[in-house]
Amino acid sequence: MDDYGTESDSDYTSYWRDWFISSRGNEYFCEIDEEYLTDRFNLTGLNTEVQYYQYALDLVTDVFDLDCDDEMRETIEKSARHLYGLVHARYIVSTRGLSKMLEKYKKADFGKCPRVMCNSHPLLPMGLSDVPNLKPVKLYCARCEDTYNPKSSRHASIDGAYFGTSFHNILFQVYPALVPAKSTERYIPRVYGFKVHAAAALVRWQNGVRDSMRRRLRKMEVESGFNGEDEIEEEEEEEEEEEEGDDQQLAEYRGGAAAAGPSGLGGDSQMGSVA
Amino acid sequence: MSTSSGTPESWISSFCSLLGHEYFAEVSEEFIEDDFNLTGLQTQVAMYKEALEMILDVEPEEDDDEEDEDEEDEEDASGDVQDGMAGRAHGERRHHSRVASDLSVIESSAEMLYGLIHQRFICSRAGIQQMSEKYELGHFGVCPRYNCNQTRTLPVGLSDIPGEDTVKLFCPSCLDVYVPPNSRFQTVDGAFFGRTFGALFLLTFPEYDLSRSGAETAAQLTRTTTDDLVMINGMYARNIAPGLGRDKIYEPKIYGFRVSELARSGPRMQWLRDKPDDMTILDEARWFAYEHGEHGADSEDDDEDENMNVNSNNRGSRHAARRRLAGHAALRQRRQQNRSPMNVDANGAESEL
Repeated sequence: MDDYGTESDSDYTSYWRDWFISSRGNEYFCEIDEEYLTDRFNLTGLNTEVQYYQYALDLVTDVFDLDCDDEMRETIEKSARHLYGLVHARYIVSTRGLSKMLEKYKKADFGKCPRVMCNSHPLLPMGLSDVPNLKPVKLYCARCEDTYNPKSSRHASIDGAYFGTSFHNILFQVYPALVPAKSTERYIPRVYGFKVHAAAALVRWQNGVRDSMRRRLRKMEVESGFNGEDEIEEEEEEEEEEEEGDDQQLAEYRGGAAAAGPSGLGGDSQMGSVA
Repeated sequence: MSTSSGTPESWISSFCSLLGHEYFAEVSEEFIEDDFNLTGLQTQVAMYKEALEMILDVEPEEDDDEEDEDEEDEEDASGDVQDGMAGRAHGERRHHSRVASDLSVIESSAEMLYGLIHQRFICSRAGIQQMSEKYELGHFGVCPRYNCNQTRTLPVGLSDIPGEDTVKLFCPSCLDVYVPPNSRFQTVDGAFFGRTFGALFLLTFPEYDLSRSGAETAAQLTRTTTDDLVMINGMYARNIAPGLGRDKIYEPKIYGFRVSELARSGPRMQWLRDKPDDMTILDEARWFAYEHGEHGADSEDDDEDENMNVNSNNRGSRHAARRRLAGHAALRQRRQQNRSPMNVDANGAESEL
């Protein structure tokens, strides 16, 4: 706690929390309101989770006045940080907490997505477990809907439970307008301009999964949120024709006219589209 | 630094030891000295000859007259694009003195030239070998994606033309590209690695156990798996995107409940991290051969025709098709054990095992 006490004393009311969120490595945390911390209902169950609960709470709310040795103080300090983290996980899913985290998200305080095709989309902190001391914090990109390890090691050691598994999903439920447009853009491995067979086959399969999801969503009349919605529609129709063409071609091959259901459509049967 | 032959370190090794140049391999002098490897680079790099001399640590003043002649030839050959630049260099060299600004122009030309040679070198046998040694040592970092479990990445470019984009990292586990974590790599041109290297590396060293994480490799854990050695589409099945598929896809949850696909904020990108449970269905060539060569003998034909009729009116036919496909895969394997004549090996995968 080397820089403890070096901060300005002018705003005594939020002294400890100010110091906490402005200290190095704690950039992901937002400041919890005094009212939230002092409402015992919000702290339900935490007294069993945190050592020296009362002292820790006093320290966080800046009413700590116990005379103790440095060792004890250090222990309480640690407990206070743990307590702050656990309350933080609850606070950030409250209305005020969400809006505070949203501001930080907009400023990209949590970093940017390392995936090239995401074009530096801002990330959100998340936990993989709500139980403390299990998994460190991860970062979630709403554009590619995947989770990433924090770049710097000082963030990689923060407990994921201080953010929880639900926060980033709740954020987009509460602010649906912020859900970023999804992109089908992706990297395709090539050798001298030619696609690599194994990877290309997988890409084709994945595109099939994507298209069937989009058809499913369209049937349910749910917006799928991809950019260039119209383009895909055309593409899909073409595809359908191809499929029908294949059916017809197969039917002809078998010599049975019975199977030729959509006859008259899809005159040019494209062999390649089967594979 | 450029022309002093007395320094123990060559230009190439000092270039590679610069901060931010950790990804570069040291191109061997033989490779550079072979003119064939430099085909076409004259027109891409200003002050080509000086830059090349700088890279090879050759004293430029040694045989000035000859050089002048050479340069004039080059000028003619490379057309008027380079005229201004080369002409200026020419003029200055007549005075047998190089001003500092001239030197810095050559220096940047040399870096560009080295980068372009490097792009070719790392796709050559010696170069890719050197890069694999660097890869083994983890010089290129690891994938930031959580589910890739610290898989080591490869430096790639998104373009082969210099000046378009910076170097990126290709993760063989999720087949995606990422921005290097350290900003010092944001000044390195992606074209110096090129589009080909990443994919070529995987094809050159198919036996790398990619499903093993960097941490495990460091701990030298040995895993003995025999049924993993299935070849699909020219690669070991276990090496095709080992970081993707079931259990490797992030599933959004709120208080333990999955977020529905039908929600506005529901999952939309899971396909990007998906892969079939049974990789053999990706063997499209075999499936195609099966579809078009074995119809008469197929006892499931009638069911399938029905299936198809229903599905032709149904936009969700892909799922059914995939199910059919999986069925065929199983059938196919049974048949192969019975020495069926439909054993079509379009890509010769079996023979390599």
